[in-house]
Amino acid sequence: MREVNYRMFIFSGLAVLINALILRFSYLIAPGAELTLLGFGDLGSLGVNPGVSIRVLGILGLGGSVAPLFWKSGKYVSVSFFVTAFTAVGSIIVWAGIGSVFDIVGLLGLSLRLSTPIVLGAIAGLLCERTGVINIAIEGMMLTAACIGFTASLYVGNMWVGLFFAILSGGIIALLHAFLSVTMITDQIISGTVINILAVGLTGFIRRSFLLKARLSRTGILPIIAVPLFSRIPIVGKILFTNQPIVFMMMGLVIFVTVMLFNTRWGLRTRSIGEHPEAADTVGINVFSMRYLNVMLGGFVAGLAGAWFSLETTGSFDDLMTNGKGFIALAAMIFGKWHPVGAFMGGMIFGFSDALQIIFQIKDVPIPPQILWMLPYLITMVVLAGVIGKSTPPAADGAPYIKQ
Amino acid sequence: MKLFFEKIRTRVQFQELFIPFLSIATSLIIGAVIIWASGADVYKAYQGLLQGAFGKPRAIAETFVITTPYILSGLAVAFGFKCGLFNIGVEGQLYAGALSAAFIGYAVKGLPHFIHLPFALIGGIVAGSIWGAIPGYLKAKTGGHEVINTIMMNHIMIRLTDYLVKNPMLDQKASIPRTPYILESAYLPKIFPSFRLHWGFVLAICMVFLVYFVLFKTTLGFEIRTVGLNQNAARYAGMNVSRNFVIAMAISGGLAGCAGSGEVLGLNYNLPAAFISGYGFDAIAIALLAKSNPLGIIPSAILWAALRNGAGLMQIRAGISIDMINIIQAFVIMFIAAPRIVRWIYRIKAEKGKAGMILTRGWGK
Repeated sequence: MREVNYRMFIFSGLAVLINALILRFSYLIAPGAELTLLGFGDLGSLGVNPGVSIRVLGILGLGGSVAPLFWKSGKYVSVSFFVTAFTAVGSIIVWAGIGSVFDIVGLLGLSLRLSTPIVLGAIAGLLCERTGVINIAIEGMMLTAACIGFTASLYVGNMWVGLFFAILSGGIIALLHAFLSVTMITDQIISGTVINILAVGLTGFIRRSFLLKARLSRTGILPIIAVPLFSRIPIVGKILFTNQPIVFMMMGLVIFVTVMLFNTRWGLRTRSIGEHPEAADTVGINVFSMRYLNVMLGGFVAGLAGAWFSLETTGSFDDLMTNGKGFIALAAMIFGKWHPVGAFMGGMIFGFSDALQIIFQIKDVPIPPQILWMLPYLITMVVLAGVIGKSTPPAADGAPYIKQ
Repeated sequence: MKLFFEKIRTRVQFQELFIPFLSIATSLIIGAVIIWASGADVYKAYQGLLQGAFGKPRAIAETFVITTPYILSGLAVAFGFKCGLFNIGVEGQLYAGALSAAFIGYAVKGLPHFIHLPFALIGGIVAGSIWGAIPGYLKAKTGGHEVINTIMMNHIMIRLTDYLVKNPMLDQKASIPRTPYILESAYLPKIFPSFRLHWGFVLAICMVFLVYFVLFKTTLGFEIRTVGLNQNAARYAGMNVSRNFVIAMAISGGLAGCAGSGEVLGLNYNLPAAFISGYGFDAIAIALLAKSNPLGIIPSAILWAALRNGAGLMQIRAGISIDMINIIQAFVIMFIAAPRIVRWIYRIKAEKGKAGMILTRGWGK
């Protein structure tokens, strides 16, 4: 058995406690309870006995949270965290679905859809931060883009034009952030806060001055596209290849930004400025223009995320409709260690917990909705506390560059 | 006139006051341009704004009613800034204080006024400071950045308040979801019988001087300011940086909690589920405008409250949406935070040897 430190002690204790509770809970379910049907789309559904399956999950969880203690090496805390998260979520799903169908494919599809603005926001954030500019203005950029995109779509009557203006407005707001933080050497977090406040005022002003007086109050939403052939693959086709355009763009961007960031000249320059701007300047990279470029690129991506709210989801605009998703995107970015794929994983966790909450409300599961709403924020704090692996930002993140 | 500007350009000690003044003036001019561009009457709009804020005794009293939480929450943010911490969590800490004060106010029965009121007030302050100390502790121990953590705790507290007010603390007889009314023995009394202005305003002013005293006349304040200026220097001087983070966030949260309990005990006398303060972001603006100086909080809070209170009449007189005020306020903070823009517009020379306002640091450092 390996040496147990204080942190591992706390975590193994917690994990064992939670899994023991799950095990105890399984005995409270009457043995004669109806089956839970886990729906798998076209493949039909799988009936499981709730009491037995929760018991199995509890035992697996206990094993999973104790076994890593005996390993020679490996990340104990991460393993026990993920195992416990899996068993806890799994048993809640089985319990919530007693006597009815719980659509697993639908849950995953909804998670992907709801994670879209978070993943895009996180990519916007990491594009800025890889060059050393902290961007907490993603919330404001998304809100502005949601508003401008909807306004354009309403007045022009074409949603794709709206989408274009949403992306453009995100870039323009980002330009203000770049001007304040790169040229004016303002504290970057203050600059972000200014933009967030400005966005609330600006969008509220536009909504009350123009949108509420307009003839129409809503437009359509962007259409669902099914990729030919691929969408016919069971399960995967439904989740990945039958979606609205911004979801596709999100998945494309995750891959594209990863390739760009780690395999091109632009990516190398971006990363070197984020780590050591003086060194980058010495070898002839223009730190200022690269920072401007990247903050604006981030703004375009944040604008796309904003369009998701108004053009892809509701087809209307409301005050504060981004609802703090921009800040959660930052958490997803930190969780993903400033890597696009990591950001996607982080975004999916938040999307999943959002989706779970929506489905629970539809199924009328007797858990107060407020508790479920709190979950993503609690997860964020746990993640930020460095519980599951340390996340190190680019070395020059947040530091303005003053050319000597 | 030229000589006058010449004086500003050269005498740097004026800048501390003149840059905020010029920032406000410039923002009002930008506001005027936007009002003009949207087709409304600029004169009517600003006249309405002024009269709405200070036109009648009732208007003045209402402005001070709004000033009260602004002073306390602005102080909370400023106190965090002094320790190098950016407390965006004032909103959540304010809710925590309001929740606790409301609970003590209606659930504890049979106490005389001089015990019940301080009990409720201190209960609110303690709740706020606990909610503030958590992100402080997380920053000190794990390096989790307080900006994200306080925002997360805002969301958690808003949901928690919603849950508590709609379930265990619900007043069954009320038509809207809210807590029962607090007992009269926990009321913060009114200053004038006919206005809503309560003694919380005086309390807030007292808190300003108390915070000033703590920051500038005590060892604790000296340590907090040193940590805020240079963590490494503080550490080498033998100060416990982690401890100061937690204490500063606890005091900051306590001030925010005081603001929340003042709203419940002096103004609403209950806590509705739809309690939306929005003071959190205004507080940041007020602290920035005051350059984190406790004494500067009073005028900047009054300015902010006047803008907020006058907005209604401005909307009636000129047909301009009250969101205009948010835009003007955002420009004020932008100019305050980036004094280079104002200096560039008015050709004011920079002060020598003074660095720009870098208040916070990157993630997790």
